[in-house]
Amino acid sequence: MKTISNYIKSLFLIELMKGLILTGRYFFKRKITVQYPEEKTPMSPRFRGLHAQRRYANGEERCIACKLCEAVCPALAITIDMEEREDGSRRTTRYDIDLTKCIYCGFCEESCPVDAIVETRHFEYYGDVREDLYMTKEKLLAHGDKFEKQIAADRAADAKYR
Amino acid sequence: MLEAIQSALSFLPDGLVTLLIILLKIFALLLPLLGAVAYLTLAERKVIGYIQIRIGPNRVGPRGLLQPIADAVKLMFKETILPTNANLFLFILAPILTIGPAMAAWAVVPFDDGLVIADIDASLLYILAMTSLGVYGIIIAGWASNSKYAFLGALRSAAQIVSYEIAMGFALVGVLLAAGSLNLGEIVMAQQGSVIQWFMWPLLPLFLIYFISGLAETNRAPFDVAEGESEIVAGFHVEYSAMTFSVFFLAEYANIILISLLTAAMFMGGWLSPFEGILPESMLTGGGLGLLLGSGIHWLLLKTAFFMFLFLWIRATYPRYRYDQIMRLGWKVFIPITIVWLMVVAAMVVGNVGPWFD
Repeated sequence: MKTISNYIKSLFLIELMKGLILTGRYFFKRKITVQYPEEKTPMSPRFRGLHAQRRYANGEERCIACKLCEAVCPALAITIDMEEREDGSRRTTRYDIDLTKCIYCGFCEESCPVDAIVETRHFEYYGDVREDLYMTKEKLLAHGDKFEKQIAADRAADAKYR
Repeated sequence: MLEAIQSALSFLPDGLVTLLIILLKIFALLLPLLGAVAYLTLAERKVIGYIQIRIGPNRVGPRGLLQPIADAVKLMFKETILPTNANLFLFILAPILTIGPAMAAWAVVPFDDGLVIADIDASLLYILAMTSLGVYGIIIAGWASNSKYAFLGALRSAAQIVSYEIAMGFALVGVLLAAGSLNLGEIVMAQQGSVIQWFMWPLLPLFLIYFISGLAETNRAPFDVAEGESEIVAGFHVEYSAMTFSVFFLAEYANIILISLLTAAMFMGGWLSPFEGILPESMLTGGGLGLLLGSGIHWLLLKTAFFMFLFLWIRATYPRYRYDQIMRLGWKVFIPITIVWLMVVAAMVVGNVGPWFD
């Protein structure tokens, strides 16, 4: 009996019609495409994009060259050189992040005791040559200065979950 | 209009005038056809996109309407790569052999009463011959590419087209029985009267089998094992690039339109208005509304568009058949059903069963 009903079902294309009706219904559904450059999806304050180095309000750079980020970096993308500054504080002389190696895991940000290295929401960047994707201390600081408002707001929004 | 051109050219020898007029007719058919092919590719991407809750191309021109032109320009300016170990003569010949029959078949297609380039008596036979000639292009393409994927694709395509040709041929025999003519125009006129008179009702199984075989003939999903990008890359046209590839593409889409149009003409009354026999005669003739509701080329185009949409809809719905399932469907299901239904149709014709054959 079951075989017969199966035969009849396939002979009269019943199952195939069901499939067509299903896709036909989807044809009229509201489209969920996001038109990227004009529309953007909402973004979390925890978004991990391009890195930045932050400064204190008085203009002093935060990084104290503890090298925790360098140690925790799983991709070995961070290189730090350190020296004592004239006023006796520990400061970096070199702080490089190779973006071609970086996997954007956010461990550097998590390990940083002074919130110096952070990952920002900025993700739309490119490089014409490899060197463009090699972030030096100057570039990181400049990026941090540019987006400090956004960075500070994101940290504040996320502070209670840390 | 033709007479006006004929008289304007009367200073030329008679033979030349005839030739020019034939060429003119061919252009008048092929240019819109190629335009339709171009926009069918856009429609395909749009329809499949919509079914997958996407938007589809919408960047080039308003609502993406210039996308086919951008595609065509891209394909024209790309390099045609000729594989070193390919048989160059056959490699170039194959796309020509594919598009030639695909275009030639349109010669006998009637768009309206008398609106046809070549009104030959055996046009059904001619169409059958032309649509199956296309397979030579595919086989030669697969062979000449000297690539195993292309070769496998060609083999699959050959076997598939040969087996579905039979079911398709039998479906056409049913039409021939019902209409009593091999001329496409006369087949359409035999369906005159009302929607009930359309051959899709007495020939319903043949109608479905013809359309499904048409899917297989044109190597469309779910019968596209000849391309099968997940198994054999792109099948017979892996080695083709730029214009040689786009010629294959053109031929495939021209065949889709042809099959849709033939299904509309042979089973759905072609250019006949569906309001025949429902609305009073006075509303179907004369100007204005009568022009819209009455029989005419717009009904044929509308029905063709419906079947073209069905092609895309089916492609967006079904997964690809396995190769042995295709063979099983063709030989063990379609051919027996068509043979049985041929006998039923023959009996109906002999017994003058109404309302179709009385």
